[in-house]
Amino acid sequence: MKPSAFDYQRVARVEEAIDLLARHGEDAKILAGGQSLVAMMNYRLVEPKLLIDITGIEGLASIEEKGGFVDVGAAVTQARLMAWPALAERLPLLAKAMPHIGHFQTRSRGTVCGSIAHSDPSSELPLVLATLGGQVVLRSKRGSRTLAADDFQTGPLSTAREPDEMVVAVRFPVRQAGAGYAFDEVTQRQGDFAICSVAAVATAQEVRLGVGGVAGRPTVTRLSGAALANPDGALNAFAWELGGSDDIHATAQYRRQLVRRIGRRIIEEAQSCRS
Amino acid sequence: MPELKTIGRKSISFVLNGKPVVAEVEPRMLLSDFLRQELGRTDIHVGCEHGVCGACTIRFDGRPARSCLMFAVQADGHRVDTVESLATQEGALNDLQRAFRTHHGLQCGYCTPGILMSAEAYLEGHPDPSEAEVREMLSGHLCRCTGYVGMVRAILATAKARKDGKAAAE
Repeated sequence: MKPSAFDYQRVARVEEAIDLLARHGEDAKILAGGQSLVAMMNYRLVEPKLLIDITGIEGLASIEEKGGFVDVGAAVTQARLMAWPALAERLPLLAKAMPHIGHFQTRSRGTVCGSIAHSDPSSELPLVLATLGGQVVLRSKRGSRTLAADDFQTGPLSTAREPDEMVVAVRFPVRQAGAGYAFDEVTQRQGDFAICSVAAVATAQEVRLGVGGVAGRPTVTRLSGAALANPDGALNAFAWELGGSDDIHATAQYRRQLVRRIGRRIIEEAQSCRS
Repeated sequence: MPELKTIGRKSISFVLNGKPVVAEVEPRMLLSDFLRQELGRTDIHVGCEHGVCGACTIRFDGRPARSCLMFAVQADGHRVDTVESLATQEGALNDLQRAFRTHHGLQCGYCTPGILMSAEAYLEGHPDPSEAEVREMLSGHLCRCTGYVGMVRAILATAKARKDGKAAAE
């Protein structure tokens, strides 16, 4: 339960962080809130040789709306985004999902970008980003690139990030006019990993439905027309497609049932709160 | 031969319960271990060491934090408060601590320091919480003795008393 030895560097600018990443690659890890990374280090599931502490980089501390997105910098904690005055108005799905993330005591340090970079298949933020069709901004000494959420997270705890790249921001699309949003999840205890989490965006034409905790990464499907008028058949097919497996928390059958039941309820809730 | 790891120690200075601390630490030293083992602060209770139980919760720059999910080097230049910061220098308990006693908010007491630090931070931002909100906040702590009922009452009573402007335990 003690991490193995490593070196620690606190950096003041993104350029210093990506310079260290270019030199140390896979041996280095970015440290922001540390709410997943340090627990994994305590278990020695990861043993980085260098931690690059980015919490002091001023340029990464902003929450800013521009061009139809809200850009959240890599040093922004979950608690800070939850306290952002425009959250419920501009990012209603996040406003509904964020109280489910961990606990008051972990949201105070855990970062928004950190959770997405960590890419746990049952985490709320990667699911919201995928369901909204958001983006992840990566930087390295080679330059900057922006990936769609779907291209960023490739599987459980794995992403398209190269070893010399760092996540500098994530971009959440702002509320669509007339759309409705809903989120819910099932956990064994408040704040635990979700056995199944469901997010939905309902517009006049379709519902985008995202499910976390079942497949190896958040998975989004679109329902429209006849499938939306009577969604049980489509939800059943989607539940099987996700290919969940038995583990110590739940059986695959139970997870499929959750997709069908919570999915149905969340679709209806998202449709009913369309403005 | 295993590779000998010789990673240098770092100088840190921070403010602990209002007093300056200067030390040299290995980067891998957890903040919880540094406070308890190096500084002898036995008010830091170390439980699960992976961020689940909440026993080691402190306030870091005023915000609640698991000290087992932080390294001592991260404290450099910051402010750390432990449960010792709540009582007066003469050892008189504060109103929240007295309410925990009055309402049987603890039994063995192992989880209590962390819960008190969380509750203090929470009440600053939420001076008039509902019972459901207090329970949601307490979900970040494990207590195996009390069943939480007493501490919910203690926190609600303290919030009310602070709002009414009088000490809860009177």
